[in-house]
Amino acid sequence: MAYPPAAHSSPPRQPSVKVILAAADVSRVVDRIAHQILEKTQGAADTVLLGIPTRGVPLSRRLADRISTFEDVTVPVGVLDITLYRDDLRRHATRAVGPTDLPSGGIDGKRVILVDDVLFSGRTVRAALDALSDVGRPASVQLAVLVDRGHRQLPIRADYVGKNIPTALAENVKVTLAETDGADEVRLYGGSPA
Amino acid sequence: MIRHLLSGADLDAATATLVLDTAAEMATVAGREVKKLPALRGRTVVNLFYEDSTRTRISFEAAAKRLSADVINFSAKGSSVAKGESLKDTALTLQAMGADAVVVRHPASGAPHRLAEWVDGSVVNAGDGTHEHPTQALLDAYTMRSRLGRLDGLHVAIVGDVLHSRVARSNVLLLSTLGAKVTLIGPPTLIPVDIAAALAPGTDVCYDLDAVLPDVDVVMMLRVQRERMGDSYFPSAREYARRYGLDGPRMRRLPEHAIVMHPGPMNRGMEITPEVADSPRSTIVEQVANGVSVRMAVLYLLLGGNNR
Repeated sequence: MAYPPAAHSSPPRQPSVKVILAAADVSRVVDRIAHQILEKTQGAADTVLLGIPTRGVPLSRRLADRISTFEDVTVPVGVLDITLYRDDLRRHATRAVGPTDLPSGGIDGKRVILVDDVLFSGRTVRAALDALSDVGRPASVQLAVLVDRGHRQLPIRADYVGKNIPTALAENVKVTLAETDGADEVRLYGGSPA
Repeated sequence: MIRHLLSGADLDAATATLVLDTAAEMATVAGREVKKLPALRGRTVVNLFYEDSTRTRISFEAAAKRLSADVINFSAKGSSVAKGESLKDTALTLQAMGADAVVVRHPASGAPHRLAEWVDGSVVNAGDGTHEHPTQALLDAYTMRSRLGRLDGLHVAIVGDVLHSRVARSNVLLLSTLGAKVTLIGPPTLIPVDIAAALAPGTDVCYDLDAVLPDVDVVMMLRVQRERMGDSYFPSAREYARRYGLDGPRMRRLPEHAIVMHPGPMNRGMEITPEVADSPRSTIVEQVANGVSVRMAVLYLLLGGNNR
């Protein structure tokens, strides 16, 4: 039998880790976003999914895969690297530039859905919008994210949100995916121990 | 990342590969509607050219402008240099103007190294005397990699005036770092004794072009630099062309996949015949286009982040 910790002892200082979404939950959430895209775009015609590296890329491929399973439509998928458009380039050592890979049909006149793992300050999406306007002129742009953790610093919102996670600024949301990290999971680090 | 790019030896294999990979991404910008990236907005790049140059200066200027940097062109002709200002005083002037990078070409070997001690910004060597020209080596390596798919294990022949060639020096240093094997070819008077051993172990020297041709993946022809030499290095231009010039019959002795390179400007009929220069094997025009992408990569990697 364990004794409750004595009242005068301070709580353990280790950062807490909480699993928000397990692998099965991630899969369900991706399914739901795919359905929502189909619903909101009335069948995903003239639609292009662009993943923002790193984890937006496998997410966009999964969404396209789900969409083709549900409704038998092929949605072109691409990669939009935003490194050169970031507003914090000078605060860090030089970042390596990744590939931008647009679908062969291009994005002009299409409905582009940007895909990322976590929506936080909104600065990544701002950079992505700037990058997008340099590579073409889509008819409209939407945003799909696996997790929205709040704390926006720019007037940006997502059209498709997998999971809203209320967080404190000190906390950290970490998404892992099978393609990049070996397993699907969303975790919340830090903050007060639950 | 390094702060200056002064020599082909400044780059280790990982950094050189990073430059080439970054250049490959920069190259995609050339095919876009908006050929501009915001990465160096608000940065100032000074092109400080003490020697005549068209392609290198324009290439650096285009690269800096595509990255949204402000470009100041400074050529020695018609400037305070003509009035006798020293390199150091010019450097301090540029420093006071807030140059984030100085791209320097100078007739004196080692001038960029001195400059790097005087200015806070990054210094890029765009050719110093008969010493080095590292961005040319990078664009040559980039061209080889994009044409042949790899650099490791390639056999590269560098033919001609090695003695006066900064292109050859930088290429030997960089290519050996990246795993290619270099053979220097030319008349004995134009290949310094022991240069191979001094630059990079594994580099060969050969005085017979025909003996090497069937065995190479790349032939890089160097310009005969008449402005840097008296007439004493070889008996006549015709004899040089016959022994070391690349003409049609010699080109046909190359392996099927081999490419022909030249850093330009060419002396057509001297080191290379028009038939070779305009053949599909020649990458001479490609090299110019690749030069902009490679210089964009260098400027971005030197100036893009906070590397102080």
